[in-house]
Amino acid sequence: MTAADFLTRGPDWSLSPERQQVSKFDDLGVFVTRQGKQQHLELNVSGAKCGACMAKIENGVRALEGVSESRLNLSTGRFNVTWSGALPASKIAETIEGLGYGVGTVSDSDADEARRKEERGLLIAMGVAAFAAANIMLLSVSVWGDVGEMGGRTRQILHAISGIIAFPAIAFSGRPFFRSAWNVLRRGRANMDVPISLAVTLAFGVSVAETIRGGEHAYFDASVMLLFFLLIGRFLEARVRRRAGAAANDLLAMSNRAVTRLDKSGEATRVNAAAIAEGDMILLSQGERAVVDLELCDDICELDESLVTGETAPRSVSAGARIYAGSVNIAQPVRAKALSRASNSLLADISRMLEAGEQRRSSYRYIADKAVSLYVPFVHTTALLTFTGWLIAGAGIREALLIAISTLIITCPCALALAAPVAHVVAAGKLFSNGIFLKSGDALERLASVDHIVLDKTGTLSVGQPRVAEQTDRDLLADAALLARASSHPLSRAIVAAACPGPIAPGVREIPGQGLEATIDGAVWRLGSAAWAGGEDAAGTVRGLYLRQGNAEPRVIHFEDEIIPGTQDGLRTLTSRGYELEILSGDTADRVSKVASELGIGTFTAGVSPKEKTDRLEALRSEGHKVLMVGDGLNDAGALAMAHAAVAPGTAVDLSQSASDAVYAGGIGALPLLLTVARRTKAVMLQNFWFAALYNLVAIPIAVTGHATPLVAAIAMSLSSMAVSLNALRLASIRKGT
Amino acid sequence: MSGVLFLIPIALFMGLLGLGAFIWAAKTGQFDDPVGAANRILIDEDKPL
Repeated sequence: MTAADFLTRGPDWSLSPERQQVSKFDDLGVFVTRQGKQQHLELNVSGAKCGACMAKIENGVRALEGVSESRLNLSTGRFNVTWSGALPASKIAETIEGLGYGVGTVSDSDADEARRKEERGLLIAMGVAAFAAANIMLLSVSVWGDVGEMGGRTRQILHAISGIIAFPAIAFSGRPFFRSAWNVLRRGRANMDVPISLAVTLAFGVSVAETIRGGEHAYFDASVMLLFFLLIGRFLEARVRRRAGAAANDLLAMSNRAVTRLDKSGEATRVNAAAIAEGDMILLSQGERAVVDLELCDDICELDESLVTGETAPRSVSAGARIYAGSVNIAQPVRAKALSRASNSLLADISRMLEAGEQRRSSYRYIADKAVSLYVPFVHTTALLTFTGWLIAGAGIREALLIAISTLIITCPCALALAAPVAHVVAAGKLFSNGIFLKSGDALERLASVDHIVLDKTGTLSVGQPRVAEQTDRDLLADAALLARASSHPLSRAIVAAACPGPIAPGVREIPGQGLEATIDGAVWRLGSAAWAGGEDAAGTVRGLYLRQGNAEPRVIHFEDEIIPGTQDGLRTLTSRGYELEILSGDTADRVSKVASELGIGTFTAGVSPKEKTDRLEALRSEGHKVLMVGDGLNDAGALAMAHAAVAPGTAVDLSQSASDAVYAGGIGALPLLLTVARRTKAVMLQNFWFAALYNLVAIPIAVTGHATPLVAAIAMSLSSMAVSLNALRLASIRKGT
Repeated sequence: MSGVLFLIPIALFMGLLGLGAFIWAAKTGQFDDPVGAANRILIDEDKPL
C-alpha cells in the first residue's frame, strides 16, 4: 500500500474489534531475527505462574507448524521460540493470548546483556571461592585439630597445599573487589573494597611467608572465606538489580515500537523504531504514539500530548510543528519527518533539569558510605597502632606484623559489607513480587525519610483517557453513540464505552479537529466541538462534546477524568500515616480541582510548567521537607530528578522512568507498601550496622592482644555474616496491608 | 602420612571436577530459570501406552 492510499482512504470503519486485535500483533514481524531458514522471536509472557501454565504455553506453541523450539523462562517471563516456514509471528502471539496469558514485546538492550554477563561472572567467581574455601577448610581443620602429634613438616605441607589452592582462587574471585578498590584509590578516595582487598592480600601474603618459615598460623582459609561471603552478597544484589531492570524495561516497551517508514516512492514498510534515522519520513497513523520527535509535513494534526505536558485536552498543530515523542495522533494519519533528539529544545531543557537533579541526589550520603568512612580509617589506625604497640612492647617485627594483620582480618568488613546489600536484596525481592521495581537498593534509604508527597495528575492519579460524566442523560448518550461508534477519537471511544452496544449510523463522516456528521432520517446530526455543532460555549472552557440533531438545540456531553482504581484507598492510607499530599499538574484548574476534591486532597496547583514544578520542589526542600515525587510525563522528568526520592508508574515515558528510583505497575495503591518496606529496610540496616560495630568492639581486643588465631577468625567471620543475613531475612515477612 | 599424600590430590581432583561442572552449568545458562527448572520436573511428557 502506498502512503497516498493510506492518506486518502482514511480510517477504515469496517474493522471489527477482532480484526483490530490481530493488527496489534502484525507488527511482531519486525522483532523476528532470522538465521538461514530458522526464525527466532523473544516475547514477554505475563500471567504464567506454575509448571502447568508453562507446559500449556510451550506445548500450545510447539503444536504450530514448523516450530522446532519453544521454551518459557518462568523466572523472567521470557518466551523463546524458533521456527521455520511461513508461520507468521503474530500467530504465535495470538496462540499464547488465546490460552489466557498476556503477550508483550521485549526491549533487549545492551545494558541488560552487560548485566547478565556481570551476574554470571559473579556466580562463577562465587563458585570458585566456595570450592577453594571448602577445600582449604578441610585441610585447616586437621591443623586446628592437632593436639601435638602433628609434626611441623606435615603442617607446613598442609599449609602449602592450602596456599596453592588459595592463590588462583583469590586471583580469580577477588577481581571485582581489586578492580573497584583500584579505581577509587586512583582518585584518592576509599570505599569498602579497599579494606577488603587489603585484608585479603595481606592475609595471603603473610600466610605465604609463615608457610615458608614453617610457622604455626596461616590465614589462607580466612582470606578465601572472606571473598566467598562477600561474593554471595554481590551476586544476590546483581541478580535483583537485573531482574528489576528488565521488568521495568519491558513495561516501557510499549506495544507500538514498530514504526511505518515511507521511502521516496511512497512505499510504506514497518520497521523497528531503533532503525529510524534523522530525516526519515514516517507515517503516523491514527492512535499511534510517536516514538521519536517528528516534524509535521501534512497540514493539520490533532495530538494527545498528555504524556508530554500533562494536558489532557487534544491540541491541533499545523505543518512544520514539532510532534514530541510520546504524543499520540488522534486524528487521521499524517506524514512527518524524524528529527534528531539534540535539536529539540524541550528535550534539551528537560535533560538540563535532569542533570541538575542527579547532581543534587548524588550528594546524598548513604548510611553505608558513612559507615565506611568511619570504618576504614578506624581499622587501619588500629592495625597500625597494634603493630607499633607490639614493637614498643619488645616483640619482633615478624610477630608484631602477624598480630597487626590478624587484627585487619578479624575486624573483617564481612558483616559491614553484607549489612546493606542483604537488606536491599530481601526488600527488592519483596517489592518485586508486588509489582514494584526498584532501580537500586540505595533508593530505599531516601524513600524511608520522605514526609511530603507531590503527585502528578494525568497518568498518575487519573487514567489519561477521559470518561463521560456520571450524571449524563442515557438517551443523549445512546443518540451520540450512533455517530461515535464510527470514530476512534478518545472522546468518541469514551461515549461508546458509556453507552450500551448498539448500531452505527450509516455514512458517518469525520472532519479532523471538528467532529462527526451523518444524515439520519433526513436530518443532519453533528457531534463535535461547540463551533461544529453550534453550541453556545465557543470559548471551550467546558470540556465536552455537543450533539445537534437536525435543528434542535445542541445538547452537551461532559467528560471527566477517570481515577485509576485503588488510588483512593492508597491515598487514604498515606494520609493516615501522616504524609502530606499535594497535586502538581499541567492540566487546567477545573479538571485538577475536580480530581483533588474527589480524592480528598486539599493542596493542589494547576497549569504548572515543568520549570514551575521544579521550582515548587525547590521551595519545599528549602522548607526542610523531604519530598517524594510521583509522576509519569516528560513534564515531570525534571521534578522527578530534583526530588529527594522519585517514583514513576510503569506507563511513564522513558525519561521519567530513568529519573525515578522505582517503577510500579498498577496504581498508587503500591505506594504504602513501598514506603513501609523502605522504612523497615532502613531500620534493619541500622541494626546490622550497630551489630557490626558491636562485633568489632568484642573482636578488636581479642585481636590486638594477639589471640586471634585462624580458628577464632573463621568462627567470628561466619557467625557475624550469618547474624546480619538472618536479621535481613525478617524483611520478607512484611505483609501487604501493613 | 603417605596415605594423605595421595588422598589429598584425589579429593582435590574430585572437587575440581565438581567446580568444572558448576562453571559449565553457569556458562550454559542452567541457573537462568530456577523457578522453571523446579516446575519442569513435574511436567509429564510421556505419551500413554
